[in-house]
Amino acid sequence: MTSISPPSDKHWWKEPIEKAELIWIAIVVVWGIILTLMMPFWHVYGKQNLSSEAYKTTPEVYMKKVQAGVDQYTVRTDNGKPVVKPPVGSDVYMLGRLWEWWPVLELQVGQSYRLHLASMDWQHGWSLQPANLNVQVLPGYDMVMTVTPNKVGEYSIVCNEYCGIGHHMMLGKIHVVE
Amino acid sequence: MNANTDFRICPESGLKIHRPAEALIKANAVLAVVFLLVGGVLGLLVGLTRWPEVHLLPADAFYKVLTGHGINVLIFWIIFFEVAVLHFASAVLLNSRMATPKLGWASTGLMLVGALLNNYAVLVKGNSSVMMTSYVPLPADTLFYVGLILFAVGALIHCFIFLGTLVIARGERTYEGSLPLVSFGALVACIIAIFTIASGAVILIPTLAWNLGLISHVDPGVYRLIWWAFGHSSQQINVATHVSIWYLTAALLFGAKPLSEKVSRFAFFLYIAVLQIASAHHLLVDPGLSAEWKIFNTSYAMYLAVMASMVHGLTVPGSIEAAQRAHGLNSGFFEWLRKAPWGNPVFSAMFLSLVGFGVLGGITGVVMGTEQINLVIHNTMYVPGHFHGTVVVGTTLAFMGITYWLVPVLFRRDLILKGVARWQPYVFAAGMSGVALFLMGAGTLGVPRRHWDILFSSAGAGNGYEFSAAALTLMSLNGLSAVLAALGGAMYIGVVVGSILFGRKLAENEKVGTLMVRAAPPAEKYHNIGMGTITIPGTMVLVGVFFVAFALYYFINWKFLAETWGLS
Repeated sequence: MTSISPPSDKHWWKEPIEKAELIWIAIVVVWGIILTLMMPFWHVYGKQNLSSEAYKTTPEVYMKKVQAGVDQYTVRTDNGKPVVKPPVGSDVYMLGRLWEWWPVLELQVGQSYRLHLASMDWQHGWSLQPANLNVQVLPGYDMVMTVTPNKVGEYSIVCNEYCGIGHHMMLGKIHVVE
Repeated sequence: MNANTDFRICPESGLKIHRPAEALIKANAVLAVVFLLVGGVLGLLVGLTRWPEVHLLPADAFYKVLTGHGINVLIFWIIFFEVAVLHFASAVLLNSRMATPKLGWASTGLMLVGALLNNYAVLVKGNSSVMMTSYVPLPADTLFYVGLILFAVGALIHCFIFLGTLVIARGERTYEGSLPLVSFGALVACIIAIFTIASGAVILIPTLAWNLGLISHVDPGVYRLIWWAFGHSSQQINVATHVSIWYLTAALLFGAKPLSEKVSRFAFFLYIAVLQIASAHHLLVDPGLSAEWKIFNTSYAMYLAVMASMVHGLTVPGSIEAAQRAHGLNSGFFEWLRKAPWGNPVFSAMFLSLVGFGVLGGITGVVMGTEQINLVIHNTMYVPGHFHGTVVVGTTLAFMGITYWLVPVLFRRDLILKGVARWQPYVFAAGMSGVALFLMGAGTLGVPRRHWDILFSSAGAGNGYEFSAAALTLMSLNGLSAVLAALGGAMYIGVVVGSILFGRKLAENEKVGTLMVRAAPPAEKYHNIGMGTITIPGTMVLVGVFFVAFALYYFINWKFLAETWGLS
């Protein structure tokens, strides 16, 4: 009798379990519990937790908010894009569209901002490099997350969700300053 | 002759083979290999384009080829082969006739038409470069969706034919007692497939209606939730199927039986129990989902499916170890493994699949499916790296291995180029493990997936981002590995297709030369093997090493996460 024939003991559910199996099952169950608990643990003690705050929106409504931020807080331009330097702690708006992230932001290191992200058209992937922070950006959803840059420097935003033939040219920038 | 009584006896195994079932199994296996060839060539082109120094294709061709690669190998190759496995594990293993072979041919025809229409939309019309996921509102050609839906309907009918065969086998008492473990595993795969295809219908039919202008809008967040209930669960069909093939190979080559039926079957059952919630793996950085929802779902309600796979990771090699020891290879920890038939591609492919799936695919899947760690992995090259570990080194290699058994047994042809066949699993596993590892390395350094130009040569001066030299080197190594894997794939297709066309025909009762079927050791022999009260000490050492690697790598990724921006 092998694994391709019916169990030799018709009452196979009453057979004893191998000791080696029992040991491994015990290890595996404990490990599963640890893996599960690590996530709530990080919500309490970790510093990288994505918020679940999000609002339904439309491209028109969201564009107005982005534009308001650009009108109010633009400090200069960078390669033709406005560089927005918002007040610490404020709501900051960035959009993804074919094929750019707009506008450029300038943030202060160690300070927190409520960053809003939404797409004007198709799905995009907001990939902050080299911090390697990645979130999915959808049309119709205004996603809010509180970000706290931890190092000074120039960060690029790559798109890592395919969004048509110009996808690989879709880029954006965040400057983190003292 | 009445088709219902048209049987032959397999000289290798003594199984009663229903000829109409056999013909249908062969047809689906051949179609699978054809689509592997198409998808594999496309995969090589992807690898060569991602190789920074080579950068073979222009952008539009790359995105077409990338879409076609994913769909042809992940859907068409794998599912055609799974249909063959389902009918093999029911009609053949149960010595039964199969239900409605004619409907089976019609279903396979439907799948073929669907696959051709989809490929026509992607590769010929060229207006459907939407990747396998076809996320709305990115539009594809109508035929793209129609093709996928037809293919799914065909596969769904095959699932019901499989269930019909089980009913017939039970009713006609072709076997006594419970289903064999391998058939049980196939049943699990079938149940998951039915649920999966239903999820696919729930999202693809409205998407088709949107494409035709019948409805105005499909919500992208809802699309992702339901599409992944289809997309992720279908990977659990693959897992259930290739684990069944591992047990099948162990039974055929070693006469292995499960250490305990109860444990192996319960582990299979857990795949069904938690099958639907893993959609969350793909939504961990989507807007608006609560942490509680993500934690419960991404962990399969406390990692139950992970536990199941880890249990199979012990019981499959454990069943081989126990059988080998009972056959007399009982000294030390690893005599059973050292003296395993490493030159037989049926075995080497199966064992490399087992190790590769666990180490490359399994560990990394848990890491990237952790709610917060996903922030530093989502949509990077890590993702394709991971699933080349699961569905290529795991599923595809397992399917390749069992093909070397099916060619002489079902196709009744002697293998040609046996020396090539002997090396093929090693070449393919080495190449594909390289692909998995180097892509995951590049992903850890931030390289995006589904991206034509990671050097940003097309973005204009001052706009691009410069990935580290290490990341670019890893992408070059990935290119080299893809070439090696393609060579392994070509060896497989060469041997298999060559054998079916030109291999020496085996006489009706002729057995193949290599050892393909081994009887089980007598039951009482299982009492005096192993060390002390542990019958499988070698496997215990192996899973111990695996566990240490798992735990270390898991916590290293928490450290990577801790180094990035604060987020709340």
